[in-house]
Amino acid sequence: MIDADVIVGLEVHCQLDTKSKLFCGCSTDYRDDGPNTHVCPICLGLPGTMPALNKRAIEYAMKVAKALNCTIVPESEFSRKNYFYPDLDKAYQITQYDKPLAQGGYVEIEGDDGKERKIQLTRIHVEEDPGRLVHMGNAERGRYSLVDYNRAGIPLIEIVSEPDMRSPKEARKFLNKLRATLEYLGVFDSEKEGSLRVDANISLRGNERVEVKNITSYKGVEKALTFEVTRQKNLIRRGLPVERETRHYLEARGITQSARSKETENDYRYFPEPDLRPLRVQSWVKDIALPELPDARRERFVTQYSCSLNHARTLTGELKMANFFEGVVSGDRAGLCSLAATWIADTLAGELNYRNMGIDCVDPHRFGSLLAILRAGTITDKSGVEVLRVMLDEQLKGETVETPEAIVARLNLAKTAGDDGALAAAVKEVISENPKAIEDYKAGKNGAINFLVGQVMKKTRGRADPGELNRLVVAALKDGGQ
Amino acid sequence: MAEHTIRFEPDDRYNAFLTVCPHPDHGKGDLSGIAVAVKDNISTLGIETTCASKILKGYVPPYDAHAVTLLKNAGAAVAGKTNMDEFGMGTSTENSAFGPTLNPRDTGRVPGGSSGGSAAAVAAGMVRMALGTDTGGSIRCPAAFCGIVGLKPTYGRVSRYGLIAYANSLETIGPMAANVSDVSLLMSVIAGHDRRDTTSYDRPYQHTPSAEIKRLRIGIPEEYFGAGVDPEVASVVKRAIGRLEELGAVTVPCSIPSMEYALAAYYVICTSEASSNLARFDGVRYGPAADTKKSWHAAYQDVRKQGFGPEVRRRIMLGTFALSSGYYGKYYAKAQVARENVRKDFARLLTDVDVLCGPTMPTIAFKLGEKSDPLSMYLSDILTVPVNLAGIPAISVPCGKVQGMPVGLQVMGRPFEDERVVDVAYAYEQAVKA
Repeated sequence: MIDADVIVGLEVHCQLDTKSKLFCGCSTDYRDDGPNTHVCPICLGLPGTMPALNKRAIEYAMKVAKALNCTIVPESEFSRKNYFYPDLDKAYQITQYDKPLAQGGYVEIEGDDGKERKIQLTRIHVEEDPGRLVHMGNAERGRYSLVDYNRAGIPLIEIVSEPDMRSPKEARKFLNKLRATLEYLGVFDSEKEGSLRVDANISLRGNERVEVKNITSYKGVEKALTFEVTRQKNLIRRGLPVERETRHYLEARGITQSARSKETENDYRYFPEPDLRPLRVQSWVKDIALPELPDARRERFVTQYSCSLNHARTLTGELKMANFFEGVVSGDRAGLCSLAATWIADTLAGELNYRNMGIDCVDPHRFGSLLAILRAGTITDKSGVEVLRVMLDEQLKGETVETPEAIVARLNLAKTAGDDGALAAAVKEVISENPKAIEDYKAGKNGAINFLVGQVMKKTRGRADPGELNRLVVAALKDGGQ
Repeated sequence: MAEHTIRFEPDDRYNAFLTVCPHPDHGKGDLSGIAVAVKDNISTLGIETTCASKILKGYVPPYDAHAVTLLKNAGAAVAGKTNMDEFGMGTSTENSAFGPTLNPRDTGRVPGGSSGGSAAAVAAGMVRMALGTDTGGSIRCPAAFCGIVGLKPTYGRVSRYGLIAYANSLETIGPMAANVSDVSLLMSVIAGHDRRDTTSYDRPYQHTPSAEIKRLRIGIPEEYFGAGVDPEVASVVKRAIGRLEELGAVTVPCSIPSMEYALAAYYVICTSEASSNLARFDGVRYGPAADTKKSWHAAYQDVRKQGFGPEVRRRIMLGTFALSSGYYGKYYAKAQVARENVRKDFARLLTDVDVLCGPTMPTIAFKLGEKSDPLSMYLSDILTVPVNLAGIPAISVPCGKVQGMPVGLQVMGRPFEDERVVDVAYAYEQAVKA
């Protein structure tokens, strides 16, 4: 949907994948452990404790800033954002306010018009995550809530974009690109729960802006924004005003809902954190080295492997997929490049998505073997898909995954040779069973051939070589259809 | 570390202690077996720490403040927790939720504040040394009122880790004792860098006091003898400065123009930081439990209304106001400018002279209940707060009496020249002892 009137800006909170928290030594790896097991006097905000800055977190943040073309500010500052909430142990959050670590920058995406577009960034700043409330029942009617401070003090960066996106789809692309970049940098694990949270601002030109808060999935952002575009357009169409407000996204229902309006405007009473010195990073900046980033890798895939731009884009859009591709075509399998690009970007990605599996479930060498037998002509494409499905299903069920060769043998999927008689017999059978198609063919309808080929395919369970089969069917029809 | 136990059962008729540890452990080291009292806003592992507030009643920290760890490493015995103005807010130790401390020199008078309990415990001979904290004069004031020695170190020279924050950018932990040598000894134990307090410096204090002050240049700021300073106190202090001249020091009259704004700036900054620091006391994790049948913000209100005393509530309100978005520029930002001017004034003066001298407090210890309006109480901080704004070291040493009550001589020095102010105080102390 290209719509000149849609204006979207995003505030993206990303969790930096450090070993310890932002201001203390507690481990950030708490997800399999019980509540309040990764806490200390500092991240609990006990009286008398003080924050000591985790240098690694700042290095990670600087990597991101550099990769996103930002200006790193030589002297930034931490501030306190004061507000009361039960998950906020100190009743203030240590964040960066008027002197953030990085300013400016951009993220390049493919715009809805197919051209490269630069989405400008406003700033990147570093902050600590608060704890987490667990409502017993639900937030409104629950009997009580519990607080888990395991997350308190986890380092976050907030990446704030300019209102530069023109559609929900562009917002999604922006996020995908951002996620890919962060993953390539090795500073982010998108699979961790809560690792990325988005606040989206959306308006239709000339109307008030609406903020949709705390969207926690990539798809959610596009859905929430799409819902908002429709909702806001409907209001305008009916002559009603779009009110400036904060809304929540209800993931399960795919809608946004007005947040309970606050009685008073929040005044966070920001002021510089007296317990931390100003953050001077001048001497570190030159030591921040960047790995190959998604754009560079995409270009390399096009030149080195002759991938199509589209395939290269898909393959490099996720670090793991890009690594998988290069794993498959490594060593003596360099010849499989174009086959691998198609099979990974189109077939494998789809099959994995359908099963909700990650690409790291697949062994690149096994997958390479499958491509090798495809290329050798041992099986047809259709059989190839079947073999792949068996492999993935076995993996999903936790069974021993067979080699592609074993699956081919067990299911008797090897391509039916044209000269073994079986194929000719099958063609004969199909022709005798479908007199209507023969008449159509004789009446000059060439589509009848495709139908008959399909029927033979079905009989041979996809094992026939399509070219060979086509020849046989045409020959048989020319023979007079008998 | 802790191999022995001492007995500590003082006759605390002055209400100096909030908690007494009758059988504290001690180890080996420079302070082996010495009973040291610790102000109740400094966290002590396993010992209730309340900041003299009902809101922290029953709170037992699960960790030691860095200064306490150092005390224990030096073999000291933590003898108890001393009374104070609630969260350090006050100049008389009358603002304690657990009753005021009495001045051992005259039980009808206040011991000064906010480290009044520590000063009284030392003055009454219950302990040899004590830790206090100084945000706007809270070590020097009670030292002066009780006739003992108290050092406010250079900001950052002693780790604040474990000090329950009132105004982070102003306060430091410091030593109190009956004489300069003991203050110096205690300082040598607690000073130095701590990686958990990233505002602390790697500047250890290894010093034996020296009475040699010949040709030392001493600035005498006129404001320290101006309006509001009791003439009798001023003349006692001037006599003391005369003794320093007799020892070979040279006095130089000078002026701190920024003094005019120092007190106002101080109260804006300390209340602002306090409003943020004290927001965490909500009854969720420690202190009096909130009524969970109420909504969380109503429960917070209850806990805070019942837990904080009137002076603390007043300062939280002031600070909240000063930081609020419409007033930030008018108050907090201006106060920071004033603070910078105070710092510059001191830096400029202290290039001409080595130290500055004047009275610690403008009066002798006042009578209990005498200062009932907060403003007159705030005014008595006028001579101590500039030092906290500038972050420089200052010591108060007894220098005579007025109406039988002790008067303190305040010696202020350059940043990280704590040794020098100690030497000046020591020279005076030795001279009058001889």
